[in-house]
Amino acid sequence: MKLVGRQTWVFDDVYIQATGTAVGPVEADGPIGNSFDVVHHDLYCGEKTWERAERRLMQDAIAACLQHGNVTIHEVDMLLAGDLLNQNVTANYTARAFPVPFLCMFGACSTSMETLAVGAALVDGGFAKRALAATSSHNATAERQFRYPTELGVQKPKSATFTVTGAGAALIGKEKGRFRVTAATIGRVIDAGVTNPLDMGSAMAPAAAHTIEQHFYDLRRSPSDYDLIVTGDLSRVGSVIVKELLMEAGHDVTSNYNDCGLLIYRPEKGAFAGGSGCACCAVVTYGHLLKEMKAGAMERMLVVATGALLSPTMIQQNESIPAIAHGVVIEAVRGE
Amino acid sequence: MRLRDNYRQAVKKFQPKPSYVANSLKAFFIGGGLSVVAEVLRAQFRMNMPSLTAEQAVLLLFISAAVVLTAIGVYDDFSQFAGAGSTVLITGFANSLASAALEHRSEGVVNGIAGQMFKVGGAALVYGIVAAYLFGLVHFMR
Amino acid sequence: MEYWSAFFVGGLICGGAQLLIDYKFSQIQVVIGLVLVGVVLGALGVYDWLVDIGGMGALLPMSGFGYWLIKGVIATTEQNVIAAGANVFRLVGVEIVAMIVLSFFTALICKPKG
Repeated sequence: MKLVGRQTWVFDDVYIQATGTAVGPVEADGPIGNSFDVVHHDLYCGEKTWERAERRLMQDAIAACLQHGNVTIHEVDMLLAGDLLNQNVTANYTARAFPVPFLCMFGACSTSMETLAVGAALVDGGFAKRALAATSSHNATAERQFRYPTELGVQKPKSATFTVTGAGAALIGKEKGRFRVTAATIGRVIDAGVTNPLDMGSAMAPAAAHTIEQHFYDLRRSPSDYDLIVTGDLSRVGSVIVKELLMEAGHDVTSNYNDCGLLIYRPEKGAFAGGSGCACCAVVTYGHLLKEMKAGAMERMLVVATGALLSPTMIQQNESIPAIAHGVVIEAVRGE
Repeated sequence: MRLRDNYRQAVKKFQPKPSYVANSLKAFFIGGGLSVVAEVLRAQFRMNMPSLTAEQAVLLLFISAAVVLTAIGVYDDFSQFAGAGSTVLITGFANSLASAALEHRSEGVVNGIAGQMFKVGGAALVYGIVAAYLFGLVHFMR
Repeated sequence: MEYWSAFFVGGLICGGAQLLIDYKFSQIQVVIGLVLVGVVLGALGVYDWLVDIGGMGALLPMSGFGYWLIKGVIATTEQNVIAAGANVFRLVGVEIVAMIVLSFFTALICKPKG
């Protein structure tokens, strides 16, 4: 049985064999700064433009992941990647260096779990022996595309988030690894009617709550079945809202809920309401959370990456912000 | 009110309000302070040039300072703190041109720097010029 | 004394603009609004009075920019459709030229810091 309920996929044996993360200077300085593999102390990552810097981050994350997994790129059957930029340029331009079939994905900040879920499904279905899922985002490329030039003086409100500079990659395969991907819940696009692009937490919280509820319903589970339920980048505003939304549905997650956007920065760093971006969920999950799980801090976690499907053009045409969330269950593999 | 009954209304109590008083006090003191600096400079310049030239010279100094601060990456942090105290001044307009030009230098000197320079600041210029021309014509007809 | 009035005129314009931004409007909308207010009050002659009191406090905000746009057009003897077009830039031309030239060379030399 692969499809359980309405939206949930259950996998037989799919493992995350290795992960790789690369981050920029502000993330390296944060509370979980030492759990990342590659650290760049310069926002340009030694490159000429912001876009090249983001590509460098994704290349570094993929290289670190392959090294940890002890495989070469030729042993990977499928590359799944995505980022925030128009035409997914980071993923596409990174992929042109790899002799591997490639699927490009866009789910805004939910791309990290989207690629992981689809990768796991491909591996489980036998369409690939090994799949590599990678996502990246860069603060400056996102700022200039979605908001204003980076040097423009604008006062941002307290609800604004700070796009994470970084990239995360995960190697998915059937050979037994440390972490097992057991299920994934694919979200629906939910539009709650929020129009403020500087308050994405409010826009994404209903989508996250819907995916989490559907996950519990499909698998007949409850919040107590998880050691940790973590959302991607709801930040200080959205994480409170999602807890309240789940409480209204009868799911009490107050004791085991967290948000990647709250974990990555120190509150006083001028990072406003927290981190956001494709890389936020990717680097925190692949870098920090899996290390915690390996150390024995938890057995089973639900990672729900949230994405605001935001377009500046649509906002200028007075449209609201649709949002989506994808959840993936990761369990620790113990023994011998 | 439950969130799932009327999300757009109920969510408002979860959204942080701007610090109205603190923000406007900051804007007031910084905007006022910069005005005093400009006034001191004008008094100095007036000693050896006509009044209008002195005013233009002061504004040119402020514009140059804003462009330099933008180039060294300080102006955006300053604006985050000062808010309208720096952004609605002529320095904010200079910053909008300089920041757009800087940001798009990676797209080249024609499409990037020159083509995108007025991306943010152009709107204010368009409205200002259209309004000034129209009101000027109305003024003549009286 | 004129320093205090400059302080209050400049401060009140900025403080008021900040309230508008926090209340509802975007920064670009407020800047456009200030320019328009400068143009209208300049055409009505009210802004002349504000500049007399506040000096640079009234000229430094973007409303002063709008005031100079309209003043360039109306405070001259050559009042016709053709001259009006040229005179829009009579007073602010030097500022606009400075901004464009400085921004251009800055962008040639420097990189954005992020």
